[in-house]
Amino acid sequence: MTQPVSFTLHVPESRDGASPDLSLCDESAVHNSFQQLLQEQSMEEPELELEELELQELTLGGRENLAAGHTEAWEEPESRREHPDFSSATLLILANMPSRTIGRSRGAIISQFYNRTVKLRRRSSRPPLRQVSRSARPSLRQYDLELDSGHAEQKDTHSLLVKELQSLSSSQRSHMLQAMPVCLAEKRSLRQELGGHRSTLRKPDKTRRPLSCCGQLKHVFLTGFRSLWDGFLSLLHSLQPWHHSLKQISGRFGSSVLSYFLFLKTLLMFNIFLFLTLLIFVVATQAAYPPATKNSRLFTGLELLTGAGSFTQTLMYYGYYSNFTLNDACTPVSSSCQPGRGHLPYNMPLAYVFTIGVSFFITCILLVYSMSRSFGESYRVGSTSGDFAIKVFCAWDYKVIQRRSVRLQNENIRTQLKELLGEQQSKSRPMSLCRKLGRMVVLSLAWAVSVGTVVGCIVAVYYFAEHMLKVHRDSRDEESSEAQQEALLLALPVVVSLMNLVMPYLYNLLAAWEKQESPALEVYVAIFRNLILKMIVLGLLCYHWLSRKMGYSTEDNCWETSVGQELYRFVVMDFVFTLLDTFLGELLWRLILEKRLMRKQRPEFDIARNVLELIYGQTLTWLGVLFCPLLPAVQILKLVLLFYIKKTSLMKNCQSPSKLWRASHMSTVFITLLCFPSFLGAAIFLSYTIWAVKPSIACGPFRMQETIYESGKTWIQELEKSSPNITWFTWIHQHLVENTFFLFFVSGVLLAVIYLHIQVVKGHRRIICLLKEQIAHEGEDKVFLIQKLQCIYGKQETCP
Amino acid sequence: MGGSASQLPRDLLGEYQELTFLTKQEILLAHKRFSELLSKEERESILQKRVPKSKILTLPELRANPFRDRICRVFSTSEDGDGSMSFEDFLDMLSVFSDSATSEIKSHYAFRIFDFDDDGTLDRKDLEKLVNCLTGEGDETRLSESEMDQLIQNFLQDRAVMALRPF
Repeated sequence: MTQPVSFTLHVPESRDGASPDLSLCDESAVHNSFQQLLQEQSMEEPELELEELELQELTLGGRENLAAGHTEAWEEPESRREHPDFSSATLLILANMPSRTIGRSRGAIISQFYNRTVKLRRRSSRPPLRQVSRSARPSLRQYDLELDSGHAEQKDTHSLLVKELQSLSSSQRSHMLQAMPVCLAEKRSLRQELGGHRSTLRKPDKTRRPLSCCGQLKHVFLTGFRSLWDGFLSLLHSLQPWHHSLKQISGRFGSSVLSYFLFLKTLLMFNIFLFLTLLIFVVATQAAYPPATKNSRLFTGLELLTGAGSFTQTLMYYGYYSNFTLNDACTPVSSSCQPGRGHLPYNMPLAYVFTIGVSFFITCILLVYSMSRSFGESYRVGSTSGDFAIKVFCAWDYKVIQRRSVRLQNENIRTQLKELLGEQQSKSRPMSLCRKLGRMVVLSLAWAVSVGTVVGCIVAVYYFAEHMLKVHRDSRDEESSEAQQEALLLALPVVVSLMNLVMPYLYNLLAAWEKQESPALEVYVAIFRNLILKMIVLGLLCYHWLSRKMGYSTEDNCWETSVGQELYRFVVMDFVFTLLDTFLGELLWRLILEKRLMRKQRPEFDIARNVLELIYGQTLTWLGVLFCPLLPAVQILKLVLLFYIKKTSLMKNCQSPSKLWRASHMSTVFITLLCFPSFLGAAIFLSYTIWAVKPSIACGPFRMQETIYESGKTWIQELEKSSPNITWFTWIHQHLVENTFFLFFVSGVLLAVIYLHIQVVKGHRRIICLLKEQIAHEGEDKVFLIQKLQCIYGKQETCP
Repeated sequence: MGGSASQLPRDLLGEYQELTFLTKQEILLAHKRFSELLSKEERESILQKRVPKSKILTLPELRANPFRDRICRVFSTSEDGDGSMSFEDFLDMLSVFSDSATSEIKSHYAFRIFDFDDDGTLDRKDLEKLVNCLTGEGDETRLSESEMDQLIQNFLQDRAVMALRPF
């Protein structure tokens, strides 16, 4: 006859755990499986043992880590199912294993958190262990409960937890309470017990003496302010633009398509910020003091497309802005000071260059911040080989609500899983040499074609630009009508936009022909090729504009205005062609598929291509801000219209994407692409223009200077001369900004920080590997011990 | 947010805000949604009432979720085990699923949700049920036996611990 009681774990916890109201509702259901089995197995055993067993099952688990309990549970417990003939004794022991009871009983959770708070306290102020055992002071003995297990026996762990929580600071305590995985009612009771011992009430205690007059006033003021703030926050929440539309889109199409629209919203925010800064500091102030020359041209409709004509001499372009201090009391010409005027002199050139510089700097910071945040969210430190786990656990898109889309998602997941399984099977069969060679040939051919097309496009754009310049000059010499001249200017933007429309389809076809290993890789390669094309063409155009600036001059020799006009044309044409693309690619294609080819499938919304179009448009805006301060306003209008058009087209014409995208990963990629080729390129172009290019003599805020940057330098020099008290400012400028050593130093520090982070991540990866091995070993040990246990009990039972 | 009778008292609101990961606006929104599930008479005593599982599952976000039954089961604190939820259970659920919850608490609850038979381990049966939930309700949408075997084999061999992004 076995003596199970003596072999079971002596769990030194409270005996009153058997009371039913202590446990969660499903605890009885949880232990039903075990209880039933045990009841079956031990039907002849006396009642007492059964009761004790139940007691011990309901009691608190061990001190093992909850996480370890989780990951341990990945192991297949071979115990019960595969060996149903385990002796009852073994089964009793298995039933008491901490990994079976932990996570189920609320007491186990509480005890686990109790241990954690103890560790927290220990971490902050830990006396050396040697002293504790020898110390006669009873208070110190509380520190090390593992040595003194008898201490825990006496009190309920619940009240111990309460005591531990009290000793924490209030922020730590609230954090601890928030993070406990117990139900809200339990947390509230804990909090009430805590609140009983310490006065943590926010409102003034009614038992204390009534507040003084000042205190009351302060209280009233605070509550009033708080309710106002709450009202403001809720208003802000309801004002969120397009909230309902976005919900509609994500409900039907999932979070991958949603990421496109969220990206559009982000770009809109950036443009609004840029526009507002420029409006306040540059455009509005210049509008208050218009220059002497009047606008001679009349408005015809063509200006909206070309940006030239009557728009030339307006606030839109660089040429309109004055190069002197507005509202200045002392005019430089007459050198006499008129009192009464000039209470707020406004140095226009300085304002112009500083506003643009500072807004670019702030945009850079915002971009880097959002990039690092989304990178942190989507990057996994662990290994990348856990494909199946990822697919199964993270594949479901919880934003999808509509029934049809849910069914579609089910199908997608099933297809994906089948594909993965098929791939795995084929991977186990190695590819023959012939097939490998074939793949190599296909890949190299595809890359050769894409590189060839890029080079071809570049050459074509270059020669076409030169040609158009010549044609424009000829037409100007021939004195043809203004309208005709300006219409010719549209040719280059149209050609470039057409190219940007057609080439991505070609790259998609190439990618489909290539058949890469994974669909994600396919998408990335297509994005990469598309991006290379767009960025190189833009780079070429920038070079063309800066080097041929005299060729573009209008009647008053203002090359900056003409470059601004070019960029305006590019932005408008980009919009027109995007509309065309939506119309042809989605509406027309759907009609063709439905009516002609009689297929039920609708076209898919190509996320990558659309996002790249957005990035391209934004790059144009950033390039053109210096020459056309109102360009962000045009871009804002364009983005708002684009949102509604794309949404309508999406709802009517498209179906949800068949590839399962990892939306968080894609958002990171989008914003990285926005930051790196796009913003960086624009910033480089801007810096080069400010530092090294000579502004035109006859117009703009920087007419008399060698470079735009010089205006800043002259200002510093004047400042130094006029007020010798702020020499520190000029010192900063001289030694930090002008001196290249400081910049090198800062870059060095940045590189060191990046290197440190990379090493930390590498270290984390190694630790994860080691822990995984450890888990595997623990599992093997456990299996071994269970077998041994069974041997012991099995032998005993067979004995008479 | 007007002067309705079923307004949450202020200190209770503050308490909920402290104990969960939700903001004040979110708690009030949750209160509104929850009271919509109750009938007009029941709205007076919203904090004591329990909403049956069938009604909870009419919420569009939960209706589309493949694990809706398990979610109701795990978060419900009713003694009958019928999956009915009180307002505090509802808040609990929203708190765990919100963006500001720690990944520790998310993984704890995810484990409990995926553990279909509540035995504290994720074994073969649980994984089978999990995959079936994902691939669809009907018989024709499920994976075949051999495919399921192969999938679970891969799963158990690969001990990757993953980040639970979707929650």
